[in-house]
Amino acid sequence: MKNTIVILLLATIGYYLGSIFVNIGFGDPRFVNGVKDTYLALTTSELKVANTVTSIVVNFRGFDTLGEVTVLFLAATALGGILYKKRHAVGERTVLFPASSIVKSGAKLIFPAIVLLGAYVFIHGHLSPGGGFQGGTIIATGFLLMLLAYDNFSVSHNVLSYIESFAGIFFVAFGIAGLMISGSFLENFLPVGNMNDLFSGGVVPIIYILVGFKVAAELTGVIYTVLHEKD
Amino acid sequence: MDSLYKMIEYGIYGAAILLILVGLYGALTKKSLIKIVIGLSIVDAGIHLLLVSIGYLKGGTAPIFSPGYEDMADKMVDPIPQALVLTAIVIGFAVTAVALSLVIRLYRHHDTLQIDDIKNLKW
Repeated sequence: MKNTIVILLLATIGYYLGSIFVNIGFGDPRFVNGVKDTYLALTTSELKVANTVTSIVVNFRGFDTLGEVTVLFLAATALGGILYKKRHAVGERTVLFPASSIVKSGAKLIFPAIVLLGAYVFIHGHLSPGGGFQGGTIIATGFLLMLLAYDNFSVSHNVLSYIESFAGIFFVAFGIAGLMISGSFLENFLPVGNMNDLFSGGVVPIIYILVGFKVAAELTGVIYTVLHEKD
Repeated sequence: MDSLYKMIEYGIYGAAILLILVGLYGALTKKSLIKIVIGLSIVDAGIHLLLVSIGYLKGGTAPIFSPGYEDMADKMVDPIPQALVLTAIVIGFAVTAVALSLVIRLYRHHDTLQIDDIKNLKW
């Protein structure tokens, strides 16, 4: 009975979603003279940032990104709060299958390369695909690999929260500096330079590097908290 | 060529909508809390695919002005859905992490993951 209701409901949702998207069409140039063209033109003429997605995320919708980073911070904090335990109850984490020596030496070998790749992705976020969120996630996967391979590998929670807080504070500080110098929050107040240079785009790469550090620290903290959950 | 585009269109939109429906089905009918969370993240993935495919342009390139692509602005796909999806992925991660931590907490309290056995959830 319940299954029938669910399938009927899903069929209705599927039918109406499908008919909407068949009417919209795939790949048609629907947005002539729309927001897209304004963003693309402003990205090349004013910002000199090669990656338009980065310029939208960090500059045109920078306030939105600040909110997003805040949501991530709140999620990490809520995770710590929900999984809170008294200090003496936190012990060694239980490992069902200890990693073999191949995994251990391989993880040690590949860990610096993963961190380097993550740093490359968020430093070049305004030139190539990628950016702060992606690079931060790559660095966090490196730490996840080390945590899975070595059951005594530990990350200092204090260092993580310092990195996180300083990145967040500097993000807001750059926003307020834009407010004071140019008149609106997160305005680009540094010289923009030339297209496709590493030092171009003014404040955009700096903010994305800060976002990268913040995301890496937050995701590593989340992974560490969940892995040290003992039952 | 035209019929090929038509097929890809139905394929991509259909796959995205199918992912949403599969995820909703899992979240609505499964009894295990972990499976419900997995269903919700499948819904997430379907919505991301749907949003990104709205912004596609036939024969378009990525919205990145790399050397050699500086004057191709009218052939670039829409960057706004991509930026939105970038936001949505991060929010989806945050939602999944908090949901899983609540599941861990429930498991610690009730020693079971089946929602039928957690009686005091009913009112």
